[in-house]
Amino acid sequence: MSSPRDVVITGIGLVSSLGEGPDAHWQKLAQPGLEPMLEAARFAPYTVHPLPEIDWNLQIAKRGDQRQMETWQRLGTYAAGLALDDAGIKGNDELCTTMDMVVAAGGGERDEAVDAAILAASESRNDRDVLINEKLTTELRPTLFLAQLSNLLAGNISIVHKVTGSSRTFMGEEGAGVAAVETAAARIRSGQSTHILVGGAFQTEHSDMLLGYELAGYLHRGPWKPVWQRQGAEGGGVVTGSGGAFLVLEQREHATSRGRKIYAELGPVVSGRARRPWGELDAQIAALLKQAAVPNGKLLALSGASGAHTATIAEKAALDANPAIAARGFSTLTGHMKEAQFPFAVALAALAVDRKAAYPVFDAAAEKPFEGVPATVLATAIGYHQFEGMALVNAA
Amino acid sequence: MANLNDHMGRPIVAVTGIGVVTSLGVGKADNWAALTSGKSGIHPITRFPVDHLNTRISGMVDFLPSSSKGSSHLTYELAETAAREAVAESGLDSGDFGGPLFLASPPVELDWHDRFALYNSNDLDSGGERLLRVARGLKELDFFETTQFGSIAGRLADRFGTRGLPITLSTACASGATAIQLGVEAIRRGECDRALSIGADGSATAEALIRFSLLSALSTHNDIPEKASKPFSKDRDGFVLAEGSGALVLESLETALARGATILGILRGCGEKADDFHRTRSKPDASPAIAAVRAVLADAGLSQDEIDYVNAHGTSTPENDKMEHLSLSTVFGERIGSMPVSSNKSMIGHTLSAAGAVEAAFSLMTMRESVIPPTINYDNPDPAIVLDVVPNKKRNAEVRTVLSNSFGFGGQNTCLVMAREPV
Repeated sequence: MSSPRDVVITGIGLVSSLGEGPDAHWQKLAQPGLEPMLEAARFAPYTVHPLPEIDWNLQIAKRGDQRQMETWQRLGTYAAGLALDDAGIKGNDELCTTMDMVVAAGGGERDEAVDAAILAASESRNDRDVLINEKLTTELRPTLFLAQLSNLLAGNISIVHKVTGSSRTFMGEEGAGVAAVETAAARIRSGQSTHILVGGAFQTEHSDMLLGYELAGYLHRGPWKPVWQRQGAEGGGVVTGSGGAFLVLEQREHATSRGRKIYAELGPVVSGRARRPWGELDAQIAALLKQAAVPNGKLLALSGASGAHTATIAEKAALDANPAIAARGFSTLTGHMKEAQFPFAVALAALAVDRKAAYPVFDAAAEKPFEGVPATVLATAIGYHQFEGMALVNAA
Repeated sequence: MANLNDHMGRPIVAVTGIGVVTSLGVGKADNWAALTSGKSGIHPITRFPVDHLNTRISGMVDFLPSSSKGSSHLTYELAETAAREAVAESGLDSGDFGGPLFLASPPVELDWHDRFALYNSNDLDSGGERLLRVARGLKELDFFETTQFGSIAGRLADRFGTRGLPITLSTACASGATAIQLGVEAIRRGECDRALSIGADGSATAEALIRFSLLSALSTHNDIPEKASKPFSKDRDGFVLAEGSGALVLESLETALARGATILGILRGCGEKADDFHRTRSKPDASPAIAAVRAVLADAGLSQDEIDYVNAHGTSTPENDKMEHLSLSTVFGERIGSMPVSSNKSMIGHTLSAAGAVEAAFSLMTMRESVIPPTINYDNPDPAIVLDVVPNKKRNAEVRTVLSNSFGFGGQNTCLVMAREPV
């Protein structure tokens, strides 16, 4: 039963190593046996899924704006623009100035050359605190700070796309993406908002972005493998990817009154934080599946599993425990996109519902086929280190 | 029987616990005594050498055990300390809080001292490559945890027994206000009966100072530190970087009354509006700040005549104070000249991610104590900014309602309205 205050998805903006936009992603992902785009040399021993070629001008018209951002912010601003275009909101002043925004963000790119010079000098100097002052005051580009600041992805979206109803940035890896979607949906359901831009971006092609995983040994090393098959391989199991995912969430009544195409309805969004050192993860995933009220019968699941050994084993076991669930671990083809992971999962789920078809298996050895039309699709993001979330996406 | 719902039929949100830490001290009592006696917490920087720095003063919190342990540890301790005070005052279980956590905290990065330690523990490769090589051999998670944006909130969730996925947020210098807004909204939507909202910032590192300096945002009045932060003065030349934390226990009025809690104040309304003009500058006509103030009044169900006092953002930068005055004078008209508007930042500096929460705590105390803290260092008024800034000395006054402003880089504008009593 649809209700006027349902949350519906009316815009999708996607960028990954596979390309950009919902159509390109659908066409690629619907091909059985698609090979991932990999970059194994630049960051060896780590493999990453790199950004595709992007003409930034298409979504960020002013060169001056492009120069004020590093790649992460450009990527997010670009993906946000794709979603706004897709929803028919871009350039519509009235809709943009009343549009709310929740962005899931980490930090931006530091200046690797400046950092490397300071580290190199630290080998021969003991006055390292003075060294920092000396180098940073003279060598940092003054506006780089803004290009790194977490909330400036949202800030740039306001500047470039004129989204100014409200602007909030959530931080905290995959959990930020989960909370962003959950909060946005709650605002619409309660009548606090009629249309919200929500999403995130992750630019992995920078040593600090890899370091954020590798300080706990989370990255997979050696030859690439699909996300479900990294247990026992060298390293921690995560292969990262650059990408971004933004959604336009809208109150059903608002979307229909302006005659927009609806991809899908966003059903329950549930989240939690298992105390993993206490062994709560298995029970937490089971509880979330229950809380999301997964319907009886066969179910397609877009899993955001990262490959991180413990979390991925737990998620796989929980999904396998229900024989009706056919999971698709999309990180096999996109890599793990951190804050963007959950919005990406929801976007892929919405596409399957909209196209009335399931994705073929992304890993023939670990996934099972799904025949028929998926009316409801599950999207998951079980954090590589902490935080868990799921959503059900239903036919419009 | 008190009215339990507001003018829009939503549950009224009460404050039942307040905690605060600034450079003036730990806890409400010490802070309030200092704040109302016009004492400044701004002092010379001793945490790191100041060679090559244009700004050598700050409002750092130097007296906690974690003050020298890097921004992640200090931010946690600041948040924990303020939240402990707030939860204790509320009378709720300090290990089983039972509601969600909203934490405003600064973005995290690997500390320079940690970078040096990792880098110099190996001599193969160089730069980031060497750091990655060392990282994959680490056995402990200590370095890792300081680089995860969700770690501090995770630790706080364990410490206080908050429920669900804790939200860590940043809206730059408006973050503390946004954390409170998220708590208010969750209670109004009926998702919970109580929420813990914290703003904490212990990120005053050398690099942070340099970054703000490079943007010409900081005061360079180093000679007399306590005089450097001078909001609304003609010779103001930037803000003073500072640390601190503020925490509020928010509860639906209904459940707070039912358990016999002391009601410390009411969170009447929240309003926001993003600015699309520039990354660090506000739209010259101040229209987004004006819209945020109007939005909070509408949300609170109050007219402009019903605001008794403004706890200003008042950073002491040339830009902010001018824009804030323009927005207030536009909304409040002629009345603004006779309405008290003071800036806590004149004494504590700008606590960045914590500021909105710290200043909400002080706003609530202003109403409870019937004392308005002054704007100190107001010796040379800016003739273009005609405001009653409660200059230099506290003022006794009945204050029933407060507007608290928070504006930040990236076009963030968030306003809160608090009231002493339920309607």
